[in-house]
Amino acid sequence: MVTTHAFKGSAFLKEIIADTPGGERIVHCMQCGSCGGSCPNGADMQYTPRGVFALINANEREKVLTSNTMWCCVSCYFCTTRCPQQIPITEIMYALKRLAIAEGLARQTDAPALAKTFTDMVEWFGRSFELGLASRYYLFNKPLAMLKMGPLGLAMFTRGRMALLPTKIRQVGQLQAIIRKARELGGAS
Amino acid sequence: MKYAYYPGCSLERNSAAYDVSVRQVADLLGIKLVELDDWNCCGATEFFSQDELVATSVIARNLALVDSQLNQLVAPCAACYLNLSKTDRLMAEHPHMNDKVNQCLAAGGLNYKPGSVRVRHILDVIYTDIGETAIRDKVVRPLTNLRIAPYYGCQVVRPDVAFDNPEYPMKMDELFQWVGAEVVDYPVKAHCCSGHMTQISEPQAYELIRRLLASAAEYKADMILCMCPMCQLNLDAYQAATNKYFGTNYKIPIIFFTQLLGVAFGLDTKKLGFGKEIVAAEPVLQSKLGANAAV
Repeated sequence: MVTTHAFKGSAFLKEIIADTPGGERIVHCMQCGSCGGSCPNGADMQYTPRGVFALINANEREKVLTSNTMWCCVSCYFCTTRCPQQIPITEIMYALKRLAIAEGLARQTDAPALAKTFTDMVEWFGRSFELGLASRYYLFNKPLAMLKMGPLGLAMFTRGRMALLPTKIRQVGQLQAIIRKARELGGAS
Repeated sequence: MKYAYYPGCSLERNSAAYDVSVRQVADLLGIKLVELDDWNCCGATEFFSQDELVATSVIARNLALVDSQLNQLVAPCAACYLNLSKTDRLMAEHPHMNDKVNQCLAAGGLNYKPGSVRVRHILDVIYTDIGETAIRDKVVRPLTNLRIAPYYGCQVVRPDVAFDNPEYPMKMDELFQWVGAEVVDYPVKAHCCSGHMTQISEPQAYELIRRLLASAAEYKADMILCMCPMCQLNLDAYQAATNKYFGTNYKIPIIFFTQLLGVAFGLDTKKLGFGKEIVAAEPVLQSKLGANAAV
């Protein structure tokens, strides 16, 4: 006879599973450490992915969401392809980034500012706009570093690799309507 | 052979050399690319770290715009390629996501049925659909003596194993053996270029860039060939900063694989976008290929 058991994991585990497509695989983590060993930035992480999964099991929500782990992730997918338990680790890192940003806990990184500035450009124009992205991002986040970027920007510009004006798609209103609806529906899960 | 073509934002400007060389090589090989009308940015990794439904819906708009006569969409950029194929897969595997994404698309008068567009990378199309015999036939300037390091990066070969090995890809290696180059077998060919880390954490970015340059140099590569705009930008534009940070002196030209393929096919190097790279490739082409390079 088959019996079904009620979900016994932590509240945080439940939240991560709900927010990650395929996230239910996380319960199969056997702490082998292939993820951290495969990660190009594993040495800089406060907790490698397997450590994060243990903390998620232990319901250590704030410890995970204030850590630098997901901000070290460069989406190279080595951990995902190497995980012997087929846990979609990179997708879980994205879910952690989303939660940390939504709750204002992403304190150790400029990544949320870069992401927001990038996607604002896409929402306004339908295409990314590097000069706009770089000038806004540096101006509001690291104005001093902007000076350092000058020579590189100039080298890119003289080689015809940087546009002064954005390209706008024709149906930008259609794209914006799609984005509005997505925000209204609130998340993919 | 006719395909819908999604150039992506990088190819419009900072990686225009990739776009012009893809178009010319494709034309020569009989690959007809029809640019997707009014395509929008795929969002790179930046929407996914904020809102997954916005991310997938923005990407799905492009899939929905593909002409039903053309069921294959070619993307040369690794991030675009992954985002387009990943969204199609997520919609196919998770019915609730499919419903939600289609509700969003409906707000713009569109719809998309997962599985109806096959997303392809340009390397796959050249390697698989054209193949060895036809490619060898087109070579007019064999790349003899030129040692190249094929660099695959991450997001074409992982996580979806579509056409090459995720750990040790070989398709670009083989392609350049067909056109006569000396292909360097170096261990980091599918490692990460650091992605957007150059903007948020320079020490981490420079270390990953250093590993790639150091390995290519150790194996005496004359140049590194890229198949992703982000990889090319990081290795090329941040090579000087990486040198400064570590006190090294690497000077390795970083170009797109389609540019060099164009050279082998006898196309005019000026029209292939040479000269746009920061670390100049032409001196290497001249010294290795001599008068043959005709730069």
